[in-house]
Amino acid sequence: MKIKLNIWKQANAKAKGRFEKYELDGVDTEMSFLEMLDSLNEKLIKEGKEPVTFEHDCHEAICGCCSLYINGHPHGPGKETATCQVHMRSFKDGETITVEPWRAKGFPVMKDLMVDRNAFDKIMSAGGFVSIDAGQAPDANSILVGKIDADKAFDAAACIGCGACVAACKNSSAMLFVAAKVSQLALLPQGKVEAKRRALNMVAKMDELGFGSCTNTGACEVECPKGIGIDFIAKLNREYLSASFSEAE
Amino acid sequence: MTKFFTSSIGQKFFMSITGLFLMLFLIVHLTINSLLLFGDGTLFNQAANFMSSNPVMKVIEPILALGFILHIIYAAYITLKNMKARPKGYKITTKTKASWASKNMFVLGTLIFIFLVIHLANFFWKVKFGTVETVMVEGKELHDVYALVAGLFKGWWWYDVIYIVGVIFLFLHLTHGFWSAFQTIGWDNEKWMPRLKVIGYIYSIIICGGFAFIPLYFLIKYAV
Ligand code: SF4
Ligand code: FES
Repeated sequence: MKIKLNIWKQANAKAKGRFEKYELDGVDTEMSFLEMLDSLNEKLIKEGKEPVTFEHDCHEAICGCCSLYINGHPHGPGKETATCQVHMRSFKDGETITVEPWRAKGFPVMKDLMVDRNAFDKIMSAGGFVSIDAGQAPDANSILVGKIDADKAFDAAACIGCGACVAACKNSSAMLFVAAKVSQLALLPQGKVEAKRRALNMVAKMDELGFGSCTNTGACEVECPKGIGIDFIAKLNREYLSASFSEAE
Repeated sequence: MTKFFTSSIGQKFFMSITGLFLMLFLIVHLTINSLLLFGDGTLFNQAANFMSSNPVMKVIEPILALGFILHIIYAAYITLKNMKARPKGYKITTKTKASWASKNMFVLGTLIFIFLVIHLANFFWKVKFGTVETVMVEGKELHDVYALVAGLFKGWWWYDVIYIVGVIFLFLHLTHGFWSAFQTIGWDNEKWMPRLKVIGYIYSIIICGGFAFIPLYFLIKYAV
């Protein structure tokens, strides 16, 4: 199939940037979206032109770095898929595909489609961990965790930190990401000890880095490749409010 | 705790609390308005005069005003800050499914605010500071608020239109606002989210249906 591409090109973080049009012929419907971009780049290199910079790594939806905003959707078409799982069969022959980087103050564009997602690491360093050495996997039944909590914690832990929630949100809010991280740890005995401090610090960091506040539109959960639901945001609100009203610090 | 007031969740908490408070007020407001539908207006006049003169209401009135003011100021502040969180927008605006109302709460709020100003000027102001005719009811002199309301609703069809359009904006605002308020204070989970949405719709339909019915009732009753 033949496709037209409309891709954001920006030389560096300070440059102005603009959309560049490309045409690509002989695209296989079974190709993944990232392979399609690779073949575009090969073609561009052969022609002596600048290839398009984009991020990818695992190609199996676990690293979270293939952050592309395709035709108005973070991670493109399809439910609960990362960009690396999108295939060209999802597009029509002759279709124009517009590819943009994540747009958020907290995620500045570094080059073309690649953004700086360091902000998420900073939020994690503010409290997304347990301070004690929890050691090896404990013996079965030595630490009891209820089935419901265990399942919920596991669901939250599926977050790959891709930032699609921020990209989808009209407020560029990072609440879904922070909610997943705070909930995952708050639900388990090892993480519960520091739950209050964690919620306070991670939210403070999120605010400081320029992410917007949640207005409950629910756009994030629709685009999240891991199906993290906004019920976790309610949990984060709960954790944060109870921490604010009780923590002395 | 000091950080709470400036944090994103803290600010949203005040939006939520004031919103819930205003939703309670709407219930009281509609209950009293519904008296317009019964009898010759004596009942409504008694209720309206009671509301504007008893000491408890004197205390509640400024609290109510504060509720409105905080809700509006926080909304403006949060909206501005949220706009700054995305300095450069997308070329293709989002195709993500989210309810229209949820994405346009500030627009709806602004429209409701405009309606509120008109509404206050027409009723509240006149009763409080203006010259409203008085009637004698059971030996007491009461403001004839009924005549004021009925006069506007009967005599000015375009006022009814403004009123009903205002109520429609309010309806849309509430369909998102109701469950959203609970979500923000953390009173929500997977099970309660659909329930709260349904309860929110029922609440919005009753409140806004009720408010919209009253001018229609006057129009139809006196059209012939
Ligand atoms: S919550 Fe979902 S969309 Fe947000 S970073 Fe985690 S996996 Fe990505
Ligand atoms: S490349 Fe790792 S999640 Fe897509």
